[in-house]
Amino acid sequence: MSDLAIQTHGLTKRFRAQVAVDGIDLAVPRGSVFGFLGPNGSGKTTTIRMLLGLVGATAGTARVLGTDMPKGLDDVLPRVGALVEGPAFAPFLSGAANLARFDAADRHASPSTRGRRVAEALDRVGLSHAARKKAGAYSLGMKQRLGLANALLMPRDLLVLDEPTNGLDPQGTREVRSLIRSFAADGTTVFVSSHLLAEVEQLCTHVGVMSAGRLVAQGTLDEFRRSGASRVEVLTPDPDAARAVLARIGLVTDAAAAAPVEAAASAGDGDALVTAALSDDRAPGGRAADDPAADQPAAEAVVAALVRDGVRVRGFAIRRTSLEQRFVELTGEGFDVVG
Amino acid sequence: MSSAEASATVGALGAGDAAASEPPVPPAVRRLRRGGMASLFASETATLFRRWRTWAMLASLGLIPILIAIAIRIAGPSGPGRGPAFLDQVAGNGLFVGMTALVVATPLFLPLTIAVVSGDAIAGEASHGTLRYLLIAPAGRLRLLAVKYAVAAVFCLAAALTVIVVGTLIGWALFPIGPVTLLSGGQIPVGEGLLRLLAIGAYVAVSMLGLSAIGLLASTLTVVPVGAMAATAILAVVAQIVGAIPQLEWVHPFLFSDRWFDFDDLLRSPPSWESFGDNALLQAAWIAVFGGLAAWRFATRDILS
Repeated sequence: MSDLAIQTHGLTKRFRAQVAVDGIDLAVPRGSVFGFLGPNGSGKTTTIRMLLGLVGATAGTARVLGTDMPKGLDDVLPRVGALVEGPAFAPFLSGAANLARFDAADRHASPSTRGRRVAEALDRVGLSHAARKKAGAYSLGMKQRLGLANALLMPRDLLVLDEPTNGLDPQGTREVRSLIRSFAADGTTVFVSSHLLAEVEQLCTHVGVMSAGRLVAQGTLDEFRRSGASRVEVLTPDPDAARAVLARIGLVTDAAAAAPVEAAASAGDGDALVTAALSDDRAPGGRAADDPAADQPAAEAVVAALVRDGVRVRGFAIRRTSLEQRFVELTGEGFDVVG
Repeated sequence: MSSAEASATVGALGAGDAAASEPPVPPAVRRLRRGGMASLFASETATLFRRWRTWAMLASLGLIPILIAIAIRIAGPSGPGRGPAFLDQVAGNGLFVGMTALVVATPLFLPLTIAVVSGDAIAGEASHGTLRYLLIAPAGRLRLLAVKYAVAAVFCLAAALTVIVVGTLIGWALFPIGPVTLLSGGQIPVGEGLLRLLAIGAYVAVSMLGLSAIGLLASTLTVVPVGAMAATAILAVVAQIVGAIPQLEWVHPFLFSDRWFDFDDLLRSPPSWESFGDNALLQAAWIAVFGGLAAWRFATRDILS
């Protein structure tokens, strides 16, 4: 039994001339909540479709729950709950009837417990009151919940959730987050794709970032965060002196900040913002074991050195690269759709 | 993937027999038996009959015998040889209403409803997006295809029976019911007449199975159900046009519509089942070819809907 819930090697999908997924090597540890990030059109959904056997890979291999896909499809999929590219239902059937129908398609699901399991799943996503209502009359948020309920009909080892909070109101989003946390607490591996960074930051233990069909970064959330450079920000009326001190203790001051910045947001007249990189830019997942800040002076040492040399420190901050900055660095195109 | 799925499907089908004859059932087989193909078939059949559209189509099929019966009741019987087959007999015996209605419905109206149901089988799921959820349940591609075809076959039977049952009821209400005069001249009592009617209904249902297989294939080729339905309906008409052109006689025996009207053999004494068998064989060939193509196509197709 592998300790990876999902493992791919060189997984590739080509649609005619266009390469949708380009040789990705995913490694999703069991028990993790894996955030699969990427701008729209970066190949997230195609990857998920390949993992679930809906789309055949052009090249490469995929193992899900330790079994080769799509060969082991019939054995693996009953243990996988999924929400793929939005929920979908027969509009002329009630919510409960839709769930019962999908459940009937699962050979491993017992018909005798079907009614109870459908009711429980509906209850878990807060849709019990609308169970008899036609799915066509559901709001987008209700459909999203029904889609989640479908993923919960059976005990699952792996949940693959494609944009699970899409279309939900803030309250619904919070509920889905707490649902996902409760699955993770039960030991279920959750593979959640999203383009919402805040969501991934709050939920996930691991992240993978897709850009234009490639997996450009993968690792734990901490590694991912650390991999971006932290910066020291000093607000001072003595920028030149500050820069000299920072350089002496081994920090690289930013060229961009070489000219005194009129700190419009700050209170003091003539204050300048001096910034310096605190740690190296590292690729996440790679040399993660060693502490990236080990050879760097501690923050308080920086302040002490500044003060010792008579630099008037009016503001000091350590800024971690936000996940969003890191994301934009990696994908290069922010949130634009890739043509 | 296709061969792996095929063997898995065969395994599921065979599981029932194996479990019945041998007490020690391997866990894997026992697991497969739960739910099973019958469960999906029951669920999909229920889904078909929970659709408003299905009932609308059956209701319009039921309107045909009602229309015929009322027209004859009001305007009086037509002379022999005029109008569709059996029409001249209706006024004398209400049992002929259902038969006449089947003759009227078979060329266009019945194939149209069959095209709707079979063309919708896979394409309809794809257009709703439910196909991906059925497949990751996992329904198994070939299993789903087989179940969808079986459901379409159920509709064929329901459609033919609707015409027969409604026809018999309205005929019984508006006309005298009596012993049926057969084509060979003899008479059979009402009870046997009803049985012959049911046999004709079964004949017409079987006649539609080849067309259903064509619809199933069309349904796997597109995600737009209306396209699959239209293509199937057009083929039903084209086949009949080709069947009406004497210069193309050599191709006639291969047309799925070639034996659509040969059910009068069932009105002889004793009934001749030969045409029933020939028709079933013809339809089976169409099922084999088009069902096979549909399976081949669907087993490996990328599901992007």
